[in-house]
Amino acid sequence: MTESRRDRETGRADEASRAARGDGATPPGREQGGAAPAESALPSIQDTAKESQRRKGDPARAGQREVMFGIQDLTVRYGKQPAVENVTFDILRNNITALIGPSGCGKSTLIRCLNRMNDLIPSASVEGRVNYHGEDLYGPKIDPVEVRKRIGMVFQKPNPFPKSIYDNIAFGPRILGMKDDMDAIVERALTRAALWGEVKDRLKENAYGMSGGQQQRLCIARSIAIEPDVILMDEPCSALDPISTGRIEDLMIELKENYSIVIVTHNMQQAARVSDMTAFLMVALDDTEDNPRGRLVEYEQTQKMFTNPSDQRTEQYVTGKVG
Amino acid sequence: MPGSQRVRLATAGARAETVGALGQQPAGERSRSYAFHALLLLMLSVAVLGLAILLIDAFVEGLPRFGIDLFTEGTSALPEESGFLNAILGTLFLIGGVIVMTVPLGVGAAIYLEEYADRERWWNRAIEVNIQNLAAVPSIVYGILGLGVIVRGPLDLGFVVLAGSITLALLVLPTVIIAAREAIRAVPPSIREGSLALGATQWQTVRRQVLPASIPGITTGVILAISRAIGETAPLLLVGAAVFVSFNPSGFFDGYTVLPVQIFTYFSRAQDEYIVLAAAGIIVMLALLIAMNSFAIWLRNRYEQKW
Repeated sequence: MTESRRDRETGRADEASRAARGDGATPPGREQGGAAPAESALPSIQDTAKESQRRKGDPARAGQREVMFGIQDLTVRYGKQPAVENVTFDILRNNITALIGPSGCGKSTLIRCLNRMNDLIPSASVEGRVNYHGEDLYGPKIDPVEVRKRIGMVFQKPNPFPKSIYDNIAFGPRILGMKDDMDAIVERALTRAALWGEVKDRLKENAYGMSGGQQQRLCIARSIAIEPDVILMDEPCSALDPISTGRIEDLMIELKENYSIVIVTHNMQQAARVSDMTAFLMVALDDTEDNPRGRLVEYEQTQKMFTNPSDQRTEQYVTGKVG
Repeated sequence: MPGSQRVRLATAGARAETVGALGQQPAGERSRSYAFHALLLLMLSVAVLGLAILLIDAFVEGLPRFGIDLFTEGTSALPEESGFLNAILGTLFLIGGVIVMTVPLGVGAAIYLEEYADRERWWNRAIEVNIQNLAAVPSIVYGILGLGVIVRGPLDLGFVVLAGSITLALLVLPTVIIAAREAIRAVPPSIREGSLALGATQWQTVRRQVLPASIPGITTGVILAISRAIGETAPLLLVGAAVFVSFNPSGFFDGYTVLPVQIFTYFSRAQDEYIVLAAAGIIVMLALLIAMNSFAIWLRNRYEQKW
């Protein structure tokens, strides 16, 4: 984690620790030696989770919300090697669900199963079921193109098309034959992605002239322009600076009102800040075979996951003892 | 202040140490490095010198005869009154036909190989290897093929522009396919993923994202391949570019001649006037080639996409 990243979290840390303890005394969590309080104020993950829960209001409880994706015994193989194995959990509607875990545990593989992007890799094969509103996504009658119209995706690296900002947004609606006024669609999508104010005077300019953070928000705007049900985000902030990251996190919390979001992240602070539910995946430690395969260790409400996890491996991972 | 004094001393000491260590390149290494540098320069100058001599020779010999009438006058019985208009028009007709045939075929083949073909399948790999090899087949072989199959044989077109166009199209097709594939491959996979993730079909992705993004690269490749076709002589001698043509071709089923063939015939004549005329013809052809290559470079710079 970079220095600048820490600077940004310092601000939230003060807030979080004050909220947690009612004063501005020495913050808890990872100490930075005997440095001044302003520098040592990296918040503990527990505080971040509690603080974000406080901001977001009542926790969503499993069972109360509609199930969006029912994942049952999912195993994905590349060739013969399984990347994730026997994953079972439900992703809820209008929730932000975070997938966390160390590198190579199959988070990206898992999220790419949810809109059948894994179909593009010839060697990938999927076993088990992914139900979407009760319908098997891998059923014989399901067209992956139709799946992707409803389940959008934002990638790790911003990937705007080499076209104008306007055409980037309009591409999806045009190919889907959306009949509304295109200008209105573009404005709506950019407004929802908190980008309209910054780009409204240069819609005809090439999207590659934007900053990385703007490009990523453009990609989010592009995916919401076709009115999907779900937005999948595969480490959307890993290539961005802290300020852009903060913008995108705020945006996700706003978008949650209308969409369901699944996010893969390496940043546990981010998972604690934005998500309602968190799934922790890990390469199984008891693996005797050569190839590592990811398994679901725990799936819980985010606050509980970070403050009182039921599995010891989760506790070690979220507190930074392993991983 | 003694403290800062010490710091300064220590810094100076460390710097001297570093300079000393970094400056100690062994003398043998250094001279070997210079020798290699000199060798590379020598190789470059041999290559450039060879070309320069050829060009200077053509210019010295042809320049007295060079003038606007070379572009406006047709072939005449007298070398002093002859121009290259017939040959220039023949070349343009021929090349026009080549472009019309190779671009759709070449780009189509490239799209199939890059976007649709499954590399695991042996026949796709076999096609790839064969295209690479075909690009290296001597052009005279295409000439023999053109004579046997297009001029005579199954197609039986006779010695007309179209026969030359088809022969040259076959000749440059592998080059065009290879260039178009490179251009298509230069479009990052993330663009395709972004498009497919929006619910675009593969056809929509190719048509609306991949092709527009690769058109500058494809065009550049096509122009370079066409430049090569303009200079081709050997296969055209076989498929009927006539040695003496004093009329302009009026269609694809007309007889024709082209610049390099005309230059070749003039050089093989005895009179000095024809030799001079041929040298002037080289200048005409170089002008044509430079114009096309400049256009290709301009196009590349104009539309180059940085990812």
